[in-house]
Amino acid sequence: MSKTLIAVFLMALVTYIPRVLPIAVFKNKLKSRFLHSFLYYVPYAVLGAMTFPAILYSTGDMFTSAVGMSAALVLAYFEQGLMKVALGAILTVYITGCLLH
Amino acid sequence: MATQMQIIAGKKQGFAEFCHGLRQGIPIALGYIPVSFTFGLMAVGGGIPVWTAILISLSNLTSAGQFAGTNLIIANAPLLEIGLTTFVINIRYMLMSLSLSQKITPGMALLKRCIMAFGITDETFAVASMEKGEITFNYFMGLVACPYWGWALGTAMGALTSSVLPKAVQSSMGIALYAMFIALVVPAAKRSRAAFFVAAVAIGISSFFRWGPYANHISSGWSIIIATIIASFAGAVIYPKEEDELE
Repeated sequence: MSKTLIAVFLMALVTYIPRVLPIAVFKNKLKSRFLHSFLYYVPYAVLGAMTFPAILYSTGDMFTSAVGMSAALVLAYFEQGLMKVALGAILTVYITGCLLH
Repeated sequence: MATQMQIIAGKKQGFAEFCHGLRQGIPIALGYIPVSFTFGLMAVGGGIPVWTAILISLSNLTSAGQFAGTNLIIANAPLLEIGLTTFVINIRYMLMSLSLSQKITPGMALLKRCIMAFGITDETFAVASMEKGEITFNYFMGLVACPYWGWALGTAMGALTSSVLPKAVQSSMGIALYAMFIALVVPAAKRSRAAFFVAAVAIGISSFFRWGPYANHISSGWSIIIATIIASFAGAVIYPKEEDELE
């Protein structure tokens, strides 16, 4: 089996475990307010850490990436939805790249 | 003891629950197709074979986790890092699974609970938890059906589109995933000071690992894990949530 397939299997496993463990195990409510709060903030932390600074290296050109990121920030601030923000950023990077080269 | 009539009535009711879930799942599926389309584009653009991209969607059924994991596969990261990063991103499902465990039909068989768990996503959870009354197995299976196949279908379409796109367009698409993350986090950070704080702390830490002195030999996967744990910890300490604010 190739490393990619092992990685896919591993991803499926570690995606399933957090989904299945609580529903299979817990029948009573967890008491810890701290744990609740910690889990609540995880998505925001993950999204922040995953996005920056990695986004600056995402197109192979830091300048076009930065311009694309600015476009995404503006579109997201005005709540344009996932697809529009993604397409807007792609288009901005593409146009910036065309203007530069 | 159940009579023949009761068994038939039970089956009818189960089917009605399934159909009710099915209808609620259609808008989720429609929302999934463009996102998984982007995933298919990104994966194949990064060198993942078309069928592998589809397999990832069929076996993972999650957005951020499989995007990040696939990114790390493309970057040729070690398996431990891929597994841990994906796991940390998916820790949020524990809260949803926990919440659902309080709402499902009491005494549901373990096997059914284990099957249900696979279909928990941000969106199916959100819809199911708004249901009045208990969540039955049949209802949840109906709810998940369309989103599951929509997710796979979108991936396949994106994966097949990617291989015919010119190079300049493909490299521009490298930003798609991050733009999606921005689209997810910015509206939340706009509304909640706590979410803004947590994301900002995480960004600060991951920037330090990238550019800071002595820290830049830490890989991006570990940097995400460490940043997430510290930032969420700080959020939980400074902005603890009230029980009734948590869904």
